[in-house]
Amino acid sequence: MGALLNQRFLTLAVLAVVIAVLPFVFPSSYYFRVASLVWVSALAAIGLNILMGQAGQVSLGHAAFFGIGAYAVAIGPTHLGIPPWAALLIGAALSAVLAYLVGRPILRLKGHYLAIATLGLGVLVALVISTESGWTGGPDGMPVERLTLFGWRVSGSYTWYWVTGALLLVGTWIALNLDETPTGRAFRALHDSEVAAQVVGVDVARFKLQAFVIAAVYASIAGSALAFMNGFINPDQAGFLHSVELVTIVVLGGLGSVVGSIVGAVVLVTLPQALTMFHEYEHLLLGLIIVVSMIFMRNGIVPSLSGLFLRRARS
Amino acid sequence: MKSKATFKTLLVASVMALGVSQVALAQDTVKIGSVLSVTGPSSFLGEPEDKTLRLYVDKINAAGGVNGKKLELVIYDDGGDANKARTFATRLVEDDEVIAMVGGTTTGSTMAMIPVFEDAKVPFISLAGAIEVIDPVRKFVFKTPHTDKMACEKIFEDLKKRNLTKIGLVSGTDGFGASMRAQCVKVAPTYGMQIIADENYGPRDSDMTAQLTKIKNTAGVQAVVNPGFGQGPAIVTRNYAQLGMNNIPFYQSHGVASKSFIDLAGAAAEGVRLPAAALLVGDKLPESDPQKKVVTEYKQAYESATKQPVSTFGGHAYDGLFILVEAMKRANSTESQKIRDEIEKTKGFVGTGGIVNMSATDHLGLDLSAFRMLEIKGGDWNLVASGS
Amino acid sequence: MAEFLQFLISGLTVGAVYALVALGFTLIYNASGVVNFAQGEFVMLGGMVTVFASAAGVPLVLAAFIAVVVAVVIGLLLHRLAIEPARGASAVTLIIITIGASILFRGIAAIIFDKQFHKLPGFTGETPIDILGAAVQPQSFWVLGGAAVVVVALYVFLEHTLLGKAVLATAANRLAARLVGINTTTIMALAFGGSAAIGAIAGILVTPITLTSYDVGTLLALKGFAAAMLGGMGNPVGAVVGGLLLGLLEAFGAGYLSSTYKDAFAFLVILIVLFVAPQGLFGRRVVERV
Repeated sequence: MGALLNQRFLTLAVLAVVIAVLPFVFPSSYYFRVASLVWVSALAAIGLNILMGQAGQVSLGHAAFFGIGAYAVAIGPTHLGIPPWAALLIGAALSAVLAYLVGRPILRLKGHYLAIATLGLGVLVALVISTESGWTGGPDGMPVERLTLFGWRVSGSYTWYWVTGALLLVGTWIALNLDETPTGRAFRALHDSEVAAQVVGVDVARFKLQAFVIAAVYASIAGSALAFMNGFINPDQAGFLHSVELVTIVVLGGLGSVVGSIVGAVVLVTLPQALTMFHEYEHLLLGLIIVVSMIFMRNGIVPSLSGLFLRRARS
Repeated sequence: MKSKATFKTLLVASVMALGVSQVALAQDTVKIGSVLSVTGPSSFLGEPEDKTLRLYVDKINAAGGVNGKKLELVIYDDGGDANKARTFATRLVEDDEVIAMVGGTTTGSTMAMIPVFEDAKVPFISLAGAIEVIDPVRKFVFKTPHTDKMACEKIFEDLKKRNLTKIGLVSGTDGFGASMRAQCVKVAPTYGMQIIADENYGPRDSDMTAQLTKIKNTAGVQAVVNPGFGQGPAIVTRNYAQLGMNNIPFYQSHGVASKSFIDLAGAAAEGVRLPAAALLVGDKLPESDPQKKVVTEYKQAYESATKQPVSTFGGHAYDGLFILVEAMKRANSTESQKIRDEIEKTKGFVGTGGIVNMSATDHLGLDLSAFRMLEIKGGDWNLVASGS
Repeated sequence: MAEFLQFLISGLTVGAVYALVALGFTLIYNASGVVNFAQGEFVMLGGMVTVFASAAGVPLVLAAFIAVVVAVVIGLLLHRLAIEPARGASAVTLIIITIGASILFRGIAAIIFDKQFHKLPGFTGETPIDILGAAVQPQSFWVLGGAAVVVVALYVFLEHTLLGKAVLATAANRLAARLVGINTTTIMALAFGGSAAIGAIAGILVTPITLTSYDVGTLLALKGFAAAMLGGMGNPVGAVVGGLLLGLLEAFGAGYLSSTYKDAFAFLVILIVLFVAPQGLFGRRVVERV
């Protein structure tokens, strides 16, 4: 237990140091922007990973919650006069309620049913967002008022780097702790064997539902953060392709690994930036890299590499 | 600790070296940026824009550059994703340090990028359609394509001449279609138009007979307008003919202004009207037309370089590039602020899209005369004689 | 009546394509447990290769044949180079591999072909046929007939040939199939090749109606997956019914309810069906492979 606690602390400490040190090597604010995008994607992925890695369920419409969080902070202040920070909380609450309502009936089923249900949910949410243009600005999107906290206007790549970095730290801390609470242990039991978990008295459906709601809240807050940061939001962020991207980040980094989700986000957000030099070969290479890394690191980057190091260390 | 210090020294050294080399380069080149949707759902817009910019920057450099400096073009592909576009905009401004930007294929990505260029005070000439790009006027944002509002007005003008006032709309739900639909609904009363049928289709739908059947069965529809771009309008046009609706006048928008629309829609395109730039009918313009020279030259250059039929989308990129280049020449400077001021003073610029006269209150500079009403006949664009 | 018929035929035509894509999903899922999100790319290949081969002067029938062969080769390569080396990986890892593959295929297609839209001429002209007041493109009959032929051929293959029965046995229980001497690797390769062929045929049949481009696959994969789930993942009959139903829902939704929200309508029905009949319309009881 002590060792585990240390490992958790170590993970957090390393992440904090990385976030603190990076600004010293970044040559321009463009790098802050990309890093902030990584932190935001990582936050959403960590949440999704609780659902996928621990409760063993795939969500193909997770961007819907990301979109709800983003549009909550866009619509709330613009149309309803709600303070931005309150809009963020309302978005998270809305996402939680929606996840609960959708998850309750569907999570009692087995197999890919959460995948198709969330896929449907994602399509519905994205469609509503791009159609109700009076509220959402339609497919071209809408501007988002800047976040003001205690009279301080949060703007600029540099500021947002720290804000999103802090959010990621908190998100990581919660996810790591969740691992060790009774809930987390129940989650893992669930992933190992649902029947066994049931036998020892874990209410499987309830824990799956809990994981789904937590994942939705993570995505919603990440969405709000992105909307504030960009000062602009459009329906793509709630779309199917973004959902697929989030799932890819989780699996690429490593199912069930919090650090994996961060690494996955680093890879998937920075790779397209690095690949621009290959012009038209960009997408081809992106696909190839995903395929090859999944074949050779089938458990994801972090679990596969750490497994490799452990084996090296032992021999 | 020691290794860390070494690392830092190395880093500082390499950053300085990089900086020095950039300074050395900066003396004889200037960087122009662009973010285009070369892939993704708007790639048929972004691709000709990309090819046009590359083609003409090479030509300009071969002719000695601008003010004795070579242009260096930095193009990023946003894949139609506004969030990506936003990141690339930051990269252009912060990392590449471009002096100006010609790009932004879709309204969505343009709107996402505007704050970056406004904050950095770097001129941004957008290639996106919607009116919201330049209305309200933003200090550093300009655009070259005609607005969707103008397209609606041009179509309604033509309908009014033909005494047709009851219309049906069938619109794409993509950014272009939705924005133009909204503009058409807005300006319809001004022209005495009554919209009595209003249907939509998804940007990737493959069959629109259901929507058209509904319009067909709406009593009193005198004409149908299809705000949309991409392959959607081609399918709508084919379904329109399939359902035997050819007796009802049918209008497309400038969103289909490329020869591939006629190819894709085939015989069904006969009789379809649309507002578009003179570029499409360059060979049919009278010799006296001021745009004749520009559009025939661009068409010839583009088609011989790319082996693809010319489109007005590439034309918008041409206009954007040369409005910028002429402003740079007038400013005789690489300072973004001075270039911006000169772009705003653009007067009588003859482009592929029309004659551009910008001002502090008009960052587009085109009026309705820039649009020609075309009709497709014999598989080609034809000018509709005014008054018919 | 004419209106109803118009929506019906429109829905069936689009639905037939969804059905073929769903069938491709089912075949691969049964043989390997993989949900292949690159399925839509086979449809794209069918259309694009035919377009470019016939533009190069190859007669249409031969061009179509070449397209099917190309798709099959790509399908086999996908299995051999990406799925087989990752054997034993979790289902979700395999899904990500197929998503990566679909990005890769699109990237290659964008370079080899182009990013424009393309069409094919209708196989038997383009003059609409009047059926009780509904105007129908002749190509619709090709799509419906072609889909029917594919379904029947697949049925005969699965039920009446030894190899087909081996596929069914593998689908029912892979370990047991291996124990009775079935080479399940060959069966999986067969499934990928077969799926690719079905996808390519769908692409060839439908391109004269819907046009094609390098990136038509994404949406088809999404719709095909939804159709397969609606019918019951793993059941070929379910895939066909699910596909047709999805097409009909969209057409009638657009015709009678709201063309803006027709996709929402279709997905709402899918969600309701899954709440009521959790295994899909024709699903087997035990399908969990996660």
